[in-house]
Amino acid sequence: MESVIERIERGSFWQFHGGIHPPEQKFLTCTKPIASAQIPEQLIIPIRQHIGQAGNLVVKVGDKVLKGQILSACDSPMSVPIHAPTSGTITAIQSMAIPHPSGLSEACIILTPDGEDTWKQRHICPDFHLLSKIQIIEKIANAGISGMGGAGFPTQVKVSTLAKIDYLIINAAECEPYITADDLLLQEHSPTILDGIKIIDHLLSPKNILIGIEENKTEATDALKKATADIDHIKICVIPTKYPSGGEKQLIKILTGQEVPSGVLPSSLGMVMQNVATCFAIADAVINDTPLIKRVVTISGQALEKPQNVWALIGTPVGFLTRQCGYNNSKNRHLIMGGPMMGFSLPHDQIPVIKTTNCILAPSEIEIASPFSSTSSKEVECIRCGQCADVCPAQLLPQELQWSAKAKDQAQLAKLNLFDCIECGACAYVCPSQIPLVHYYRVAKAEIRQQKLLDIKAEKAKVRFEARKQRLEREKVARAEKHKKAAEARKARMNTDTSAAKSEKSAVADALARVKAKKAQASIKQNTAENDSEDATTTTTTTSAAESSNTSTVDITVESVAAVDDGKSQVANAIARAKAKKLAQKNQAQIDSLDTLQNNESPSSLTSSQAAPVVIDRKAKVAVAVAKAKEKKRQASAANSPSSQVDIIDTATKALKPNAVNLDSVSDDKATQAIDKKAKVAAAMVKAKAQAKMKASLGTETSFNNLEKSTTNLESNIDLGATSECDVPAQVKNVEAAKTKKTQGEPQTVSNIDTKNLDRKTKIAAAIAKAKAKKLAASSDKSPTSE
Amino acid sequence: MAFWIASSPHNHQKNETSSLMRLVVYATIPGIFAQWYFFGWGNLIHISLAVAAAIIAEFTVLALRNKKITPQLFDGSAILTAVLLGISLPALAPWWISVIGSLFAIALVKQLYGGLGHNPFNPAMAAYVMLLISFPLQMTQWQPPLSLLAMDIQLSDTLAVIFSGYTPQGYSVEQIRTHIDGFTMATPLDTVKTNMTLGLTVVESMQAPTIGKHFGVGWEWINAGFLLGGLFLLGKEAIPWSTPVSFLLSLFICSFIAFMISPDSNASTMFHWFTGATMLGAFFIITDPVSGATSVKGRLVFGALAGLLVFLIRKFGGYPDAVAFAVLLCNMAAPLIDQYTRPRTYGHDLEVKK
Repeated sequence: MESVIERIERGSFWQFHGGIHPPEQKFLTCTKPIASAQIPEQLIIPIRQHIGQAGNLVVKVGDKVLKGQILSACDSPMSVPIHAPTSGTITAIQSMAIPHPSGLSEACIILTPDGEDTWKQRHICPDFHLLSKIQIIEKIANAGISGMGGAGFPTQVKVSTLAKIDYLIINAAECEPYITADDLLLQEHSPTILDGIKIIDHLLSPKNILIGIEENKTEATDALKKATADIDHIKICVIPTKYPSGGEKQLIKILTGQEVPSGVLPSSLGMVMQNVATCFAIADAVINDTPLIKRVVTISGQALEKPQNVWALIGTPVGFLTRQCGYNNSKNRHLIMGGPMMGFSLPHDQIPVIKTTNCILAPSEIEIASPFSSTSSKEVECIRCGQCADVCPAQLLPQELQWSAKAKDQAQLAKLNLFDCIECGACAYVCPSQIPLVHYYRVAKAEIRQQKLLDIKAEKAKVRFEARKQRLEREKVARAEKHKKAAEARKARMNTDTSAAKSEKSAVADALARVKAKKAQASIKQNTAENDSEDATTTTTTTSAAESSNTSTVDITVESVAAVDDGKSQVANAIARAKAKKLAQKNQAQIDSLDTLQNNESPSSLTSSQAAPVVIDRKAKVAVAVAKAKEKKRQASAANSPSSQVDIIDTATKALKPNAVNLDSVSDDKATQAIDKKAKVAAAMVKAKAQAKMKASLGTETSFNNLEKSTTNLESNIDLGATSECDVPAQVKNVEAAKTKKTQGEPQTVSNIDTKNLDRKTKIAAAIAKAKAKKLAASSDKSPTSE
Repeated sequence: MAFWIASSPHNHQKNETSSLMRLVVYATIPGIFAQWYFFGWGNLIHISLAVAAAIIAEFTVLALRNKKITPQLFDGSAILTAVLLGISLPALAPWWISVIGSLFAIALVKQLYGGLGHNPFNPAMAAYVMLLISFPLQMTQWQPPLSLLAMDIQLSDTLAVIFSGYTPQGYSVEQIRTHIDGFTMATPLDTVKTNMTLGLTVVESMQAPTIGKHFGVGWEWINAGFLLGGLFLLGKEAIPWSTPVSFLLSLFICSFIAFMISPDSNASTMFHWFTGATMLGAFFIITDPVSGATSVKGRLVFGALAGLLVFLIRKFGGYPDAVAFAVLLCNMAAPLIDQYTRPRTYGHDLEVKK
């Protein structure tokens, strides 16, 4: 370990593998002083600016805040608070584009400054030795300091490590081209930085403090040397300029010759590294009680009129800073946040500066060609030249990684240690085939992370499934066991000679007897029910198969006929009543459903599309209406009550569609007269038949009552009166059929036979009805004028 | 207002494959000049023939493969292959030798495997071996240095020989190769090999007129020319140092050991270095990145293996020179070498320190 210090004192360092020497371009800004901060019209402050979790907001929209006031509180060590960079009003808290390679949006606080820049109350502490270590760490945590070199690791975690620290390494290498923010900070604020280093020294008590600085920063080195001249254990290590010597792992290798094992933090080797800007922020926070609200940002690039370093408030949109440096960006050229090697391009210039932003680069076309220009080079095939492997600071094999990334061979990528890639860009920089190697690695890394998430999910699902399977299995076994036990217990009880066992036995016997009796009863009932169901099925078959327009009517008639036939037997009567009720309900249901359909149907389609079920169903309804009318007529002729008949017909005609309105307020007879002579004749026939039937059906008032019920149910569904007339012959037929059936023997069998006969007959009747309906519809179209 | 987005890094050293290839072609100039100076126009004619055939082959295959023609046609790789093939052919071989070789190299060895970057074998050397096996007579009719020829051969004579087989005066290749004393002259390596079978010692072989004062009239200068070109490439960092150094060192060590054991039956180390295609192979052939090993360690192994093979084939093989065969064998071994010479990644497999 002494040898390390000796080597450093000798001025010789280790080397990390590879590395490149891109044009430094630091001369653009390294001699100009840091411009003071200006307050933009609006500050966009992302709530999360570091690695870890976002803090909880403690302000809301409309709040007035003072400069340095805390905006978000943190509860876990990996979350870092943010502060108001100036005094003003919080105008919004919304999702905005944050500085991220993906152009991601995250919650940001929009602060509109009031221009007064009023500080909150501060407690200056000139001597930090008066504070306890806990207090200092608390101050650092409350100041919202996270690593300002690029990664943004919460500083209080780093400075409160419990590991024994041999080396505190201050990273002032700043190897990335163009960036001079740390350089200028060292030139101008070395004493403050030294204060910061002393604070960390106080917290961690390392054996040695190494300040790594590249040899191209002579002025900064001089300033540092002057400031640290009287401190013995601080060594200023001027290292050769080579990119990426500022990488944490690379700098550790250069200064101590050790490699940080893959996947662990340097603190495990007894090392802690801090960036100079972080040291400055620590000093500011502990001594001046100033939270991290501003930082030095290099605004560079040859597209700018006056590239320079500026103090920028956290949350300042980059466009404001580039304008400050004389850049209007009329051609919408791209801006890079960070350096040319590891920075990312910004989607627009309203992206805010955050705690890790060290550079805004506005390159000219000569410096960095647009990918759309003709001069820009295009990717070609890899020729395995191996230059990438020569420059890789992590000693990876970039060309092999690239092949595996293109082939999505994740196992091979893992074997090639893809996740040890620090994305420094050296490989892509030297690649003669212009392959964007780093881009391929980023994509591959994202894919692997995604795959890992999926794998975890799948694993969880599998575990869940297995658990469920086991539980079901367990339950099944438990149930079987329970049943088995219960059965055994019962058996055991029964086999004993106690009275209880006997009574149980007899109880079982009783139950068995009961079950048998029930079964017998059910079979008897079933016989009768079978008749019922047969009727029902025939009804449905006739409805669907025959496409009959008057099926329901037929059924009702059939039932009524059956009822008439059974007139002598009270029992039969009752059955008939029940059947009629059932049927009526059925019809009701059928018709209800049809009703809705009908509403959508236009009247004109009625005549044209007979095949359509809707039309047919409507006809059925019409038929029902007619049947009702006929029954009424019959009833009327029997009871001599013509007024009620007229009433019903009125209701029927009221429901007519507009094109059949002509039938309004005309009696059934009159209407038929006006429309068709044939219909009239048919009506007359019906009347005659009905009268004949009435004679035969005297004393069957109960069945008529049933019919009444069903017809009243149907009343509301009465449709075209004109069309209804066409069903008259069918009705007649039905009546006739009923008559023939009447002559046949046993009343119990009548209904069955009836339906069979009717099946045929209804079909014929339906055909006739259809023909008639056509004719009638045609005539009813003309009828308005004739009326 | 939206800017274009690019992935980092945003700057590039602006090195291109085509410029690299051009540089290598330029680096062959000293060697080619020496060839022209000592052996006449033959190789220059073959180089032009091969380049023309290569461009035609490249164009045709790229068109068939629906690739972008212009950028790939002029990326220099096909031209470099053709130049290397043209250099390595016997100066007075018939014209169709270089044409067939060039077509084979580009269409079969390079493009059929997927084009630039995907060919497992060095196209120029694969074509050379194919020609050597298919047309042994034409491929072994090496022209002796101009200074040793009985007749004066001008550009027109060379052209006539290459395209018709005879000079305008009616001499055949065989007649041109015949020494004034009536015996056919061969390359220095061939001479040594033949003499060895005749029971002569190496020292006696060195008296042959084709060998001259040092290691072969003309050949030593050609090798020197390629060495110069190679050093230029090394200086430009266009080729890695590891392969040629390990190749030459390996050849040196092998021949040195053999020479120490039996100076009478083994040529000297410098003879091995400065005859045949040693320097061309060391700096222009085995440094072909596509078919070689990629890591530094791998390249050292690759070069050492090539050197060993060159020595073994020269010493024990049926052919006088061995670079082409050695290179092809090494190409086959390259993936395996790569597999076993992966560098240790930073932070991995750290041996316990202190």
